[in-house]
Amino acid sequence: MTAPLKPLKPAKPLNPLKNRRTAERLATDLALLVLATAFALPLVWLVLSSIDPVAGLRVHLPDKPTLDNFSGVLTEEITFRPMLNSLILCGGATALTVAASALAAYPLSRYRSRFNRPFLLTVLFTTCLPITAIMVPVYGLFVQTNLIDTTYGTALFLSTSQLPFGIWLMKNFMDGVPMVLEEAARTDGATGMQTLIRIVLPLMGPGVTVVTIFSFIMMWGNFFVPFMLLLTPEQLPASVSIFNFFGNRTGQVAFGELAAFSMIYSTPVVLLYVLIARRLGSGFALGGAVKG
Amino acid sequence: MRRAGRFGWLPLTPAVVLLLVFLAGPIGYCVYIAFTNMQLTGSSSTDFVGFANFRRAFADPVFRNAVWLTLVFTVISSLVGQNSLGLLLATLMRRASKPVRTLTGAFVIAAWVLPEIVAAFLLYAFFRREGTLNGILDWLHLPSQNWLYTLPIIAVSFANVWRGTAFSMLIYSAALGEIPQDITEAAEVDGASGLRRFWHITLPMIRRSIATNLMLNTLQTLSVFGLIWAMTRGGPGNRSETLPVFMYDQAFNKSLIGYGTAVALLLLLISSLFSVVYLRLLKTEV
Repeated sequence: MTAPLKPLKPAKPLNPLKNRRTAERLATDLALLVLATAFALPLVWLVLSSIDPVAGLRVHLPDKPTLDNFSGVLTEEITFRPMLNSLILCGGATALTVAASALAAYPLSRYRSRFNRPFLLTVLFTTCLPITAIMVPVYGLFVQTNLIDTTYGTALFLSTSQLPFGIWLMKNFMDGVPMVLEEAARTDGATGMQTLIRIVLPLMGPGVTVVTIFSFIMMWGNFFVPFMLLLTPEQLPASVSIFNFFGNRTGQVAFGELAAFSMIYSTPVVLLYVLIARRLGSGFALGGAVKG
Repeated sequence: MRRAGRFGWLPLTPAVVLLLVFLAGPIGYCVYIAFTNMQLTGSSSTDFVGFANFRRAFADPVFRNAVWLTLVFTVISSLVGQNSLGLLLATLMRRASKPVRTLTGAFVIAAWVLPEIVAAFLLYAFFRREGTLNGILDWLHLPSQNWLYTLPIIAVSFANVWRGTAFSMLIYSAALGEIPQDITEAAEVDGASGLRRFWHITLPMIRRSIATNLMLNTLQTLSVFGLIWAMTRGGPGNRSETLPVFMYDQAFNKSLIGYGTAVALLLLLISSLFSVVYLRLLKTEV
């Protein structure tokens, strides 16, 4: 078959290379698909179970897909109250984190001082400390100061735990805003606070959005902090209520309903992540990949 | 840059107050309690006991077991799992076709974005006796077993790999993207095989990212609590009880706040060590 092609020798080195490339690409695709399947299986189980009236623990196509699991959990006690609690807790904490870190970032980004570097290094160091480790003393402090089992106390702590990372991100974004416009406003007699709110923050809108959404995602998924600091069932956010849902494995667990609730609980963060995915990607590259 | 005005540094106040009260405060308090015999019941009887909690810890086989399991958990899930798998994924994705790349990225990142407890629930179901993993093993005619009972620390480590690999993948994708194309192409023309190119060119060029990523993965993994607690509660027995779980168990189930906090302090110290190394790395990078 290849005999008639033989005289065309110069063309030969090109073809094998191209064939090799194609083969390589196919092999790569195949390997990635295997890995992707491994990552996808638990997610596929979640989606399938949520619409399966007789959901078990295995990936299994539902015979009669229904939305019964969803309507089953859409009650005040299971879904609406915990979600509202999460929203209040994480919304409040996020607002505080964003406000405090924007304020803190301004002098750090704009003024020169020999304290800047040590302060920022301390902040960076703090982003690395495991919050898990200090939860026992925090619990003790909260008991002594009557902050235990209060939403605002928990929000204050959640906010602080996210603050180092918030300051660091915010400062990096603020450094990207040129000072020219600010100088102009200053000359016109604007105070520092006015320049920050009227000029700097609007100019770094996307950066503020990233910090806000990122903080919110981190807090929405946080389990240990509210698990330790909140006790009354009526105050628990979704992360803890879902744990009580399947953590008390004494009775029969309704996996379908649990899956449905997991989907409802996860939806906001997945949507928010999609919203900032691009910016977060570049933010990671730029920030030296700092993670709180 | 200019010097601060009269109230120039005032905006720093809220952040500093919050950090002092809710972060530095507890850390300081942590250092104090670790040297006392504080218990949950009757705080009036709290005495200063010096290094007793630490001596007790190092003599306690359950503590030593927790240290060992933390090491296993960290090595499997962070060093080997998240780091290598993340690098592998990032490398493969550069050569894959676009739809495959997008699909893989979406699944890996979805596992990362999901809340911790949802991830724990999904992997709990996956590793259960009646779960998907055994379903696949049955289908392949391989022996199945009760993973959460026989190999709980392996199960939670894999859960952590599933959950945390996306971060490494993103870091490495960014790092690989910054390698100039012509260098690898030159090596390819010179006839260096894929593996040789990877070992002699790619790896040295991204070594800083590797160090950074390892450091952050390790720190992250050292503090994992919810995932393990929701999947196994540290059990059966103590067979998946890493240091954070041990700390929680001692402080709250056994009411030994002082002892639990001593463990927390050790955890903080180890993490600080890693953080300092991380800061040094960042410094050399700039």
